[in-house]
Amino acid sequence: MGKGKAPEWLLPLALLMPAALFLTLFIAIPSVQALWLAFQTPGGSWSLEPFRRMVTDTRFLPALRNTILLIALIIPIQLVMALTMALIAQSRRRGAGFFLYLYAIPLAISELAAGLVWLAIFTERGYLNVILRGLGWIERPIVFLSYERPLGILLAVVVAEVWRATAIVMVTLVAGLQMILGEYWEAAEVFGANLLQKIRYVVLPLLRPSLQAALIIRTLFAFQTFAVVVALGGGVLPVLASEAYTWYVGANNPHVAAAYSLVILALSAVATGFYLYVLRVRPEEMGR
Amino acid sequence: MRNRWLWTLFLSLLALLLACQPAATPTPTPAPPAAPSPTPLPPTPTATPAAPPKPVLFLSTQLRPVEEAEKMRNVILKPFGAPVEFIPEDEGPFHDRIRAEIQAGKVTVDVVGALHGNFVTLLKDNALEDLTSLMERLKDRPMIAQFVELGKLGTDRQYCIPWMQATYILAINKKALDYLPAGADLNALTWDQLRQWGENIHKATGERKLGFPLGPKGLIHRFVQGYLYPSYTGAFVTTYKSPEAVEMWRAFKALWEHVNPQSTTYDFMQEPLLAEEVWIAWDHTARLVNAFKERPDDFIAAPVPAGPKGRGFMPVLACLGIVKGAPNREGAEALIEFLTRPETQLTILREVAFFPILDIPMPADMPVHVRLEGEAVVKQSSAPDAIPALLPVGLGGKAGEFNKVNRDTLERIVLKGEDIQKVLQEEAGKLQAILNETGAACWPPDPPSTGPCQVR
Repeated sequence: MGKGKAPEWLLPLALLMPAALFLTLFIAIPSVQALWLAFQTPGGSWSLEPFRRMVTDTRFLPALRNTILLIALIIPIQLVMALTMALIAQSRRRGAGFFLYLYAIPLAISELAAGLVWLAIFTERGYLNVILRGLGWIERPIVFLSYERPLGILLAVVVAEVWRATAIVMVTLVAGLQMILGEYWEAAEVFGANLLQKIRYVVLPLLRPSLQAALIIRTLFAFQTFAVVVALGGGVLPVLASEAYTWYVGANNPHVAAAYSLVILALSAVATGFYLYVLRVRPEEMGR
Repeated sequence: MRNRWLWTLFLSLLALLLACQPAATPTPTPAPPAAPSPTPLPPTPTATPAAPPKPVLFLSTQLRPVEEAEKMRNVILKPFGAPVEFIPEDEGPFHDRIRAEIQAGKVTVDVVGALHGNFVTLLKDNALEDLTSLMERLKDRPMIAQFVELGKLGTDRQYCIPWMQATYILAINKKALDYLPAGADLNALTWDQLRQWGENIHKATGERKLGFPLGPKGLIHRFVQGYLYPSYTGAFVTTYKSPEAVEMWRAFKALWEHVNPQSTTYDFMQEPLLAEEVWIAWDHTARLVNAFKERPDDFIAAPVPAGPKGRGFMPVLACLGIVKGAPNREGAEALIEFLTRPETQLTILREVAFFPILDIPMPADMPVHVRLEGEAVVKQSSAPDAIPALLPVGLGGKAGEFNKVNRDTLERIVLKGEDIQKVLQEEAGKLQAILNETGAACWPPDPPSTGPCQVR
């Protein structure tokens, strides 16, 4: 160790510095500001008024319910699909890599654009109705996105979200799979395990850290989803994030918007804690 | 062990990063010192003196849709000698930005373009320069006198210089004409006849062909404020929960049975009209114009229907003003002078379908779509039973919440089928709270009040 060389403990700190600085400036400080906003009246005095306004609003409970409902529907579907897709993309068949690119296409499309794509499909004069009519299965276009059938809108959102965001989960799982497949997979093959057994006893347990990361990312994103919901349902299917947006941009009330954001933050924290606990990796399992 | 630590660190940072994103969005961010220019204007041949002219920063709540903003930058502002940064902004962030700049003492915006109601707020925020002397120089232009008067915002000084006007009308697909109820005059419809018309179409085609812009960016609250209430109750705020209002909502629910249920996704009615998802639609002239432009032979324009009290309609006035302490006052005045020239006014009409605030004849070479809309606008405002309703005045930053109450009222009664009396009682309470908080006095068609406007 020569003279003038920085002590060893400095390097990791220096490496963390830019990210920490970024997070403080653009995330931590605005978050604290949002926290303050949520407990203030427009006049600037401290108050629970924004929360009272939020809770008494006719759209609050539906928004909360829809958000949780959407997450409960979307996440399991995405998890199963993403795992299947990741296994296909990582299988050693020829051309499997092609699927990785194919699956990743929706990742490049913005949320709002995805919402508009699916609107063009589901709307009354949209692609789906045109195809169904072309096949002679229906006589007159079906109105899928009617406020009279919120379930239809809900399912359309689920389909659009699954299409749009499954790739994020898949990419995380592919990264995890790359560490597992190989020796472990071959060992299981040698012992005569079939595909389901291999998935159940080899892939899933070893994939736990990746699953944890994928689920956390996906759930947090799901709490923020709103462009797809707004494009397909208008105001009929309010979610927490869309309400935060409407209160800020439409009603010009940053206080109630901040209160909504805090609800999203609280739910996100609970979900993250839940995943960290349920999918925790014991130290003795880490030593691979 | 170290792996585990890294994972925990990574995940908690990630969680923080992701969880905070929505919280960060609604925080009003102070305006950046210099907004990026979305499309820098190419240098114009006239702009080649020794020193290049200083750019003018023009912040506007009008012409927000991308297409309109592009027209503004690439066509309307082009003949102006100096570069203009045209920045369209939503109402909330618009006021936040002006307020933040004034408070920070670092004004970057020169010209503001917004609705008359926004100017009342700007004046309250002490954010406007007195433009009386500029108005004096423009007095040879045939500006519509009542708009000039409105531009004084109740003072004796000119703060807002009329820029352009618009209103809301009906656009009708000619296919619908076969089902027009007997005895109905297209230029003097009643709301009851419109319901009958929708019903005729519904029965004949099995489809609901009336349409209203109930989407998240749709202007349905203006329909409630300026069309429905004045037509049925003769006023708006004072009669919000009156027996006439209950009757009105009952009638509107009956009409709604023939409205396309996808209306909740419609922001601009020109799109469902062109897709023929609806045949008859109410919307802002600028949000219908593409239907007339793309298929002028298939669509006609008509004045809005009338109710028992008259034909309620909302003339919309957009104004120009200069921000207090604007860095380029000279350029700002030149821009306002340019935008109110007759030839610029006609370019605006041609390109984005906002109507002139000058009393000038429409040239014969105006495109068909402009004439179609223009005729309906004139018929509507000159109808013998017309009840002009102003956009809400004096609500300041609460205008958005006020609109939300109107929209919630309609959604609860019409879409969710809640009890009319109960909804009106609850929403009128919210309306009154906003009026009390802002101290806004009644505006036409409500009778003038001393003190905040009161729901009876």
